[in-house]
Amino acid sequence: MSVLAEQASQRFGQLGWPTPRLEEWKYTNLSSLTQREWARATTPASVDLSSVTLGDRAVAEYVYVNGVYAPELSTPNPLFVMAPSTREQHYARYADYANHAMTALNTANAQDGALLQIDASINGFVHVIHYSTDGYASHPRNLFVVARGAQAAIVERYAGTGTYFTNAVTELVAGEGAVVDHYKLECESIDAFHIATTQVHEQRAAAVTTRAISLGGAVVRNETNVALTGEGASIVLEGLYVLTGRQHVDNHTVVDHARPHCESLELYKGILDQSARGIFDGKIIVRPGAQKTVSRQTNNNLLLSETAIADSKPTLEIFNDDVKCNHGSTIGQLDEQAMFYLRSRGVGEAEARSLLVYAFASEIVDRMKVEPVREQVRRIMFRALPNHLPERRESER
Amino acid sequence: MLEIKNLHAGIEGKEILKGLNLTVGTGEVHAIMGPNGSGKSTLANVLAGRPKYEVLSGSVSFDGKDLLAMPAEQRAREGVFLAMQYPVEIPGVNNIYFLKAAFNAIRKHRGEEELDAIDFLQLARQKMKVVDLDEAFMNRAVNEGFSGGEKKRNEIFQMAVLDPKLAILDETDSGLDIDALRVVAEGVNALRSEKHSVLVITHYQRLLTYLVPDFVHVLANGRIVKQGGKELALELEKKGYEWIESEMAAAQ
Repeated sequence: MSVLAEQASQRFGQLGWPTPRLEEWKYTNLSSLTQREWARATTPASVDLSSVTLGDRAVAEYVYVNGVYAPELSTPNPLFVMAPSTREQHYARYADYANHAMTALNTANAQDGALLQIDASINGFVHVIHYSTDGYASHPRNLFVVARGAQAAIVERYAGTGTYFTNAVTELVAGEGAVVDHYKLECESIDAFHIATTQVHEQRAAAVTTRAISLGGAVVRNETNVALTGEGASIVLEGLYVLTGRQHVDNHTVVDHARPHCESLELYKGILDQSARGIFDGKIIVRPGAQKTVSRQTNNNLLLSETAIADSKPTLEIFNDDVKCNHGSTIGQLDEQAMFYLRSRGVGEAEARSLLVYAFASEIVDRMKVEPVREQVRRIMFRALPNHLPERRESER
Repeated sequence: MLEIKNLHAGIEGKEILKGLNLTVGTGEVHAIMGPNGSGKSTLANVLAGRPKYEVLSGSVSFDGKDLLAMPAEQRAREGVFLAMQYPVEIPGVNNIYFLKAAFNAIRKHRGEEELDAIDFLQLARQKMKVVDLDEAFMNRAVNEGFSGGEKKRNEIFQMAVLDPKLAILDETDSGLDIDALRVVAEGVNALRSEKHSVLVITHYQRLLTYLVPDFVHVLANGRIVKQGGKELALELEKKGYEWIESEMAAAQ
């Protein structure tokens, strides 16, 4: 065990599993996860990836099964191999294992993960697949370092079959003026536990977009923490959670404006059916030195049943007068007037509902620049929310 | 085609239509005029099947079928179209995609073959010319960012594409300038035939200059209180609705 893993393991021992007694975890109870025994993989299992791979549409594809690299399923690109010095400089430097139990647990147990150094602009996108199977726990650990002035699109996808536990940490470093389009697609099995931290570190004038799309999983926690550490850096945070059954997704975001002239634009949208619960807990911090900050934080929720629950907690902490910040959230149902308008033209009730639900999500989906990902998300959404909506509405909590 | 008998209806427990009788024959254009609050919009919404309106008693038959028993989409598929007073903006729903879905739902109901995207676009382009709507509107979200006049023209465009047996225009003329008014009237006139009926609901006579009705009905306090030909509209314009109201008071 490395010194780092040893330290992190000790730290997890001190912190323990998060419980709802902690303010940051008040909506999410992990007891059903912590009471189970999980297996740990040493070799990659053989799995069918046909529904998740994007093959040669990606400039490189890295596959991990139960946290272990699967070379025979991957198509790596030698251009992105990380130099030891880069790893030394950045690995575990941003995601805070001293204070975040799940990050500590990951840091202590991480086996494999995509460590990619992107020095020059990529024409296309990199695809990282973390696939899990029944009974396993994995701690995927990714580090993406995009060099000064480079442009890159990186897609992380989490999927699997059965009941398993994924505890991922991704650190994304955007160098000066780097432009990064980052996707985290959580398409886990409906019985999976998924906890993930995306830690974004931006230098001067970097421009990052990071998207947290949650379509699967039983209990899901997405943490996105962004540090804007250089002047003029900007971040776009987008989230979409489309939930049904008893799915539980807890989105937690922190944007730290540490320097002047930075911008953060955040939009999270939730579509909640049956007895699902979706949480948005977002915090924007504007530090004393961060003059001319521009920040917008929005969370909109669409409830499709009487028993679905949306919690929304947007927060601003501003220690500076010279800023332009606003935030807000909405929780509502399908617009009755719009429903009637569509039906009055002959569109059936079920199709009208689907059209309006999709329309609500389209603001996020249509902005996805990586076309095969956009199409895949669209397809998964249509499968999750098609014409059975009126029947599905009747289930009870 | 449309036969309304002793219709009592309202909203949120308040009775607004109080025994309305009206018969619209095939190929006829009827205008319903009346002061604010007389029940004009309630009539339009009840006929189109807006859920929050309640029918208390009476009957409406359309082509011999019980219209009130049908959900809104079925009324549309049977051939009823309501051009709304306040068309709804629906961000994220593409105008032409939505209209194609509606068009094909109606075709399917009639036992006709659905049109594919190419044939449908061709039809849509042709109908857009009738209402002088720019083709760019096709790929925008339904009514989103449209001006008041553009929204009304979009309603008439949808009507032209869906080709209803009975078109109900709920104050389509309100807020339109004279040019837009003419475009709307032309759109409706293009639909006029011995197979199509039109029910024009309006407060003012203006639209009826371009869209000449066969019959004019005056609605007051939830009932038809006066009927006549197109000249009745002109008389109303001249004398105002107070004339009807004082006539009613005298009769009581």
